[in-house]
Amino acid sequence: MSTATSLHQSRKRKNAVMMTLCVTAAGIGLAWLALILGALVYKGGAGLSFDVFTQMTPPPGDAGGLLNAIYGSVVMTVIAVIVGTPIGVLAGTYMAEYGRFSKLTTVVRFINDILLSAPSIIIGLFVYELMVRPMGHFSAIAGAVALAILVIPVVVRTTEDMLNLVPNALREAGTAIGAPRWVVIKSVAYRAALSGIVTGILLSIARISGETAPLLFTALNNQFWSSNLNAPMASLPVTIFQFALSPYEEWQQLAWTGALIITLTVLALSIVARSLTGRREDK
Amino acid sequence: MSAVQEALPAIRGSRDAIVRRFALTDSIFHGMTRAAAILVLVLLGGVAISLFAGSWQALSTFGFSFLTSESWNPVTEKFGALAPIYGTIITSAIAILIAVPLGIGIAIFLTELCPRPLRRPIGMAVELLAGIPSIIYGIWGLFVLAPFLQTTVQPFIIGVFHGIPGLNSLFAGPPYGIGLLTSSLILAIMVLPFITSITKDVFDTVPPVLKESAYGIGCTTWEVTRRVVIPYTRIGIMGGVMLGLGRALGETMAVTFVIGNAHRISTSLFAPATTISATIANEFTEAVGDLYTSSLVALGLILFVITFLILAIARYMLMRIDARTGA
Repeated sequence: MSTATSLHQSRKRKNAVMMTLCVTAAGIGLAWLALILGALVYKGGAGLSFDVFTQMTPPPGDAGGLLNAIYGSVVMTVIAVIVGTPIGVLAGTYMAEYGRFSKLTTVVRFINDILLSAPSIIIGLFVYELMVRPMGHFSAIAGAVALAILVIPVVVRTTEDMLNLVPNALREAGTAIGAPRWVVIKSVAYRAALSGIVTGILLSIARISGETAPLLFTALNNQFWSSNLNAPMASLPVTIFQFALSPYEEWQQLAWTGALIITLTVLALSIVARSLTGRREDK
Repeated sequence: MSAVQEALPAIRGSRDAIVRRFALTDSIFHGMTRAAAILVLVLLGGVAISLFAGSWQALSTFGFSFLTSESWNPVTEKFGALAPIYGTIITSAIAILIAVPLGIGIAIFLTELCPRPLRRPIGMAVELLAGIPSIIYGIWGLFVLAPFLQTTVQPFIIGVFHGIPGLNSLFAGPPYGIGLLTSSLILAIMVLPFITSITKDVFDTVPPVLKESAYGIGCTTWEVTRRVVIPYTRIGIMGGVMLGLGRALGETMAVTFVIGNAHRISTSLFAPATTISATIANEFTEAVGDLYTSSLVALGLILFVITFLILAIARYMLMRIDARTGA
């Protein structure tokens, strides 16, 4: 009897210990997040002013802003999304509609998943070999292509997933009234999956807006205002990288502020994306 | 009546034309989507080919010794990848060792213990953590974590292990703040969300009836987790860990900030070191000479091969658990 009780006690004790450890793990994870965001808001917020959005990046030791870096990031992100989204949506359409059961789809899905988590610096090297070396100089357009290659797998993945969620009865109804397949896809499947596909695009923007590694040796950096796509262009992440590692206090402050801007953008995009799909699931 | 009959051939003709046009548009659209899908394959193939072509000069100059040599000397143009490979593997391994127990712990907390109203917000916070760009972790590591480690943690650890043989070389000073251990900690916090959310997802695939029957014979929560949930989801957890490992191996910016970029192999975890991706990020734009550039691309090729294998294994494992839940 007493052995049974002590066994029961020891099992309960072990359970309590392990469960405490799990709660501790969750506490550590959340505390870590709070520490990072806290430092970011504290240090980045200190330098947040109107000048950040209206002034150019300064020479060492001077006050200034991040205008050209923000502009460069926006330009390259927009081009990347314009180039990457149609390719991603079309590939996702093939996988979910025309080739749902084909061998090609299985292979593409596997390769796309690998591309999705491939190190972004490798993509930077690829675009360097593909564009920068033949052209002989760094350029904003090469940076945009590198970012587009990062957009494609995210959009492919979400487009395929979302189209797969569209009920087949809807497609059959379209076909039954005589609509050809592309009309069914365009007017039925796309429309039903629209919010999901938009979510994918938003997530891909969130992903590339903080990417630094693929821009380091494609778009390089630029201390000055430049809207020439065929020349090196500044971007927020690369500027942060350069300024944070510099010994000048003004530059380090701008790096923190830039980091805060990027984080807020990314968090806002992810929350909007999530609420879009969240509403879908509730329906 | 006769008017309709006269018009029939014309109607039929225009219907044929419309059907033909529909079929043509459809095959064009089909072809476009197919081409886009094939482009995804071409992209990965292109990455492999261009890296191989770019690294050919270095690989043919140094041959196999590129993998086994520690020297990295731009002046004499002698390049070996051993130090970056060592740094990459050590930092990723320590990061995984820290992140896996934490990640599994958080997943257990979220699936078994967490009060229902908190479940979604905490799960969402973990996923938001995954979305924060790596450069943010880098800047935090450089300005907040590294000084803290340098002034507080590292001198203490060096003091504690000072007289113990073996451990004293693992934790040898001076405390720089930046180095292998700092990078590992940053990598751990970066891969934690991936491991947590995948583990949580595979935990959710366990059929409730399995857990309930274990609870029914009187098991504690820990026993249910240890004997039912974890064995059932082992492959999925392994897949998640491998995916996290793939991320850690290729992670660039966060590590570049805090690794110290020193091309040497040191037994101390406090010593500055380098990883493959940090070397490329730090030196590529400054590399003078074709052989130097080619050696850096060769490093990229090595990283590509390693991560490709790890990610392929991870995806294969996760596909197996998907197939099981689908069946």
